Amino acid sequence: MTETLQQELIKDLLLESHEGLDRLDRELLVLEQGQGGSDSMNNIFRVIHTLKGTAGCLGLSHIEHTAHAGENLLSLLRDGKLVITPAMITSLLALSDALRGMLRTLEATGTDGTADHSELLAKLEQLQVIPAASAATVPAPPATKAVYGLFSDDEPVAPAEGHEPSVAAVPAAAPQPEIQIAKPAVHAHDVGPAASAPEGGNRSSVADNAIRVDISQLDKVMNLVGELVLARNQIIANTAQFDQAALITASQRLNIITTELQESVMKTRMQPIGNVWGKFPRIVRDVSHELHKKVRLVMEGQSTELDRTIIEAIKDPLTHIVRNSIDHGIESPEKRRAAGKAEEGLLSLRAYHEGGQVNIEIMDDGGGINLERVKAKAISQNLLSAERAANLSERESLNLIFLPGLSTADKITNVSGRGVGMDVVKTNIEKIGGSIDLQTQPGQGTTLKIKIPLTLAIIPALIVTSGGDRYAIPQVSLLELVRLEGAQARKGIEQLYGASVYRLRGQLLPLAYLNQQFKVAAGTKKGGPEQDDVINIIVLQADGRPFGLVVDEINDTEEIVVKPLGKQLKGITSFAGATIMGDGRVALILDVVGLAQHANVVAETRDRSAANVQTRAKDSVDNRQTLLLFSVGKDRRMAIPLSLAARLEEFPISKIERTGALDVVQYRGQILPLIRVADYIPGRVTQEAPTDILQVVVYSDQGRSYGLVVSQINDIVEEAITIKRASTARGILGSAVVHEKVTDLLDVPGLIAAAEATSAQSAA
Amino acid sequence: MSSHKRFCTFIVDGLTFGVDVLRVQEVIRFQEMTRVPLASAMVSGLINLRGQIVTAIDLRRRLALTDRPPGQLPMNVVVRTDDGAVSLLVDEIGDVLEVDESTYERPPETLTGAARQIVQGVYKLKDSLLLIIDTNEAVTVHDKVAPGLTKAA
Repeated sequence: MTETLQQELIKDLLLESHEGLDRLDRELLVLEQGQGGSDSMNNIFRVIHTLKGTAGCLGLSHIEHTAHAGENLLSLLRDGKLVITPAMITSLLALSDALRGMLRTLEATGTDGTADHSELLAKLEQLQVIPAASAATVPAPPATKAVYGLFSDDEPVAPAEGHEPSVAAVPAAAPQPEIQIAKPAVHAHDVGPAASAPEGGNRSSVADNAIRVDISQLDKVMNLVGELVLARNQIIANTAQFDQAALITASQRLNIITTELQESVMKTRMQPIGNVWGKFPRIVRDVSHELHKKVRLVMEGQSTELDRTIIEAIKDPLTHIVRNSIDHGIESPEKRRAAGKAEEGLLSLRAYHEGGQVNIEIMDDGGGINLERVKAKAISQNLLSAERAANLSERESLNLIFLPGLSTADKITNVSGRGVGMDVVKTNIEKIGGSIDLQTQPGQGTTLKIKIPLTLAIIPALIVTSGGDRYAIPQVSLLELVRLEGAQARKGIEQLYGASVYRLRGQLLPLAYLNQQFKVAAGTKKGGPEQDDVINIIVLQADGRPFGLVVDEINDTEEIVVKPLGKQLKGITSFAGATIMGDGRVALILDVVGLAQHANVVAETRDRSAANVQTRAKDSVDNRQTLLLFSVGKDRRMAIPLSLAARLEEFPISKIERTGALDVVQYRGQILPLIRVADYIPGRVTQEAPTDILQVVVYSDQGRSYGLVVSQINDIVEEAITIKRASTARGILGSAVVHEKVTDLLDVPGLIAAAEATSAQSAA
Repeated sequence: MSSHKRFCTFIVDGLTFGVDVLRVQEVIRFQEMTRVPLASAMVSGLINLRGQIVTAIDLRRRLALTDRPPGQLPMNVVVRTDDGAVSLLVDEIGDVLEVDESTYERPPETLTGAARQIVQGVYKLKDSLLLIIDTNEAVTVHDKVAPGLTKAA
């Protein structure tokens, strides 16, 4: 037998045995659950049998010997002479690990090593003792034994020179084993080894149509398709100027074919996430046994497909999360019973496609994350100061989990507690353009949500221009496009202490000007962005919060090929990579999250939607509030909790109508009474110059809305406020120092009561 | 060790530099570049080298020399580095020179600053000095991370 052929065969053996052993693990676990039956047993038997046979052929006597011991036990089980017990399953799993170990040695050194498994072998031997009751059936099945005997022959059987390549795997019963000869890289091979073996039951026929392709080959094809996409884009960009029907037709065809080719190649790289999950039942079993916990694993959406580079990238993070959930999440059976929960903890994995992304949820019904303990740990490990810890929001505290070095485990176990972990998980997931979100409910459990892109190589992107340069924005972060023209463009954007905002359907959308962020001059248009006739706002989502990016021009959407940036530019978090455009020039791809952080548009203080929900709850915990600051008259600074402001509106003075003593405007099909705050608050108010536009804060209470007319909306801040001087005056709760200035806190219900009393009086 | 080495030479701000020919992937004319905002001033931009995106480093800036006069287009010396191909922008391309090892000297101690990091050694040519560049060092941008990029805690 030639060296290369031997190596080739060993490579095949490794490939198929690893797969086989994984399947064996799964089937064993199925049997342990009391499901499965003869099919599972047959599958297990076949894996060990094939491995033994092939190893024998290749002269790997150590592997052969070990597999043989397992096979003896399995054949008794398969023939129903023995009933499977948990002890057997444990030993068989140990056998599978031992075989894996030997295969790894084989891969590394070319021999099957000398690891000592005599204890395991003895154990397997011992388990073969058939209980006395069924002793009558002891005689070993002679026929099968004889067949296997062929493989105990240590002499490898060399195939004849020029042997026809055979697609069939080693048939167990053939006297002269046919050995599969494969071309390197791509070769036909049936995925279910020994499918043609006599006991080959109901293997799916799909397997027979599958071939095994070397990953690097696929990567090469993918790269070439990437180049083709670029060339296609280039041709399409240029054919527009020509007026030849034939050329245009050809380029359209090229376009279609390229797109289809790209999709097909992408599909070949797709793998079901079940490939990663397949290992989890075993991990869950081992970890829970080790920790004396009871865990039931439920998996949903195993067939959800992902690009294999992404599958590779999420393998370790997911494994880590699963181990973590069992170790930290799910409590011991005693604790669970005490808490009134089922002893068996539930760990559920769910994968599904949504909006061009794959979502993976890992949920446990354990004890949840104790935020106070996380904070205390972070403080004790000097990762956080106590003062800062006190001011953290719930979300921020949860995110402490992702700090490098943080471990909440009280003792270091085999499983976790070394403080390396969640930060690496987060980094790895973000590296592939994904995001991770953590939700926890004390006593109820923890849910981790991971969102990852389907593929990394070719992505749809929106091309924009700013400062004369083009940038690509990955479509996944895109929410909507807003175009302001004429008067809208001049007035639509408001300033809050230098921060630009736009009212998008009544919600304040923080804005970032791309050219300002990148410190490049604005494009060819005259004047500053405020004076422009057209303002293009791209509403993007970063970390789950929207912000607007103002660009000079919105060009088009295009499929782009993501190329990495050199190390000189790795430090710039605003870019995710670069791509080549149709005209051959390079365009940078924006990293939306990095850019948002750079522009400070997604800081916690701007989290208005969250603030709305949380303000009240947080009031009881601490006195941090999100405040809307506005001025009344020229110099009175006032504030109300932002949660009280339903909307911010502007009304032209011409729209004001009167009913009774009240000014009203028609607003969303209702009549909105306007209350001029200046008229009802005590103290001196310097009258401002009358304006054409009224700034109104809409306040809603029990289905009734009021418009509070103020002079100017100033800012939204989140501050811990202390009322310095409680007020007895009507309409004012008290004063506090906000942003180093004395600010009155408006008592909105009091103010409304006062206004209604006044109008009732004047009406009377 | 052979007593002769071959260097690809080029001129930057009147000085003659050399890079080991085996390190040079190719020399190309000025290419349209895409500037990279927020990047170090040493990074002139990105060029498309037959589908590969290559960072262009302005050697004048990397060596802390004066800026190239406006209108003068630089040439690209594309070098292979541990991190893939990188283009060095130079003023002019010289010949490939074969030099005698015996004329080699370590850079003088008086050489300081950016040049100290980059210049590996000096060959004394007949009428000039050939400064040998450590390409891996030349393409390393020591600039602080661009401002404002510190992640929010």
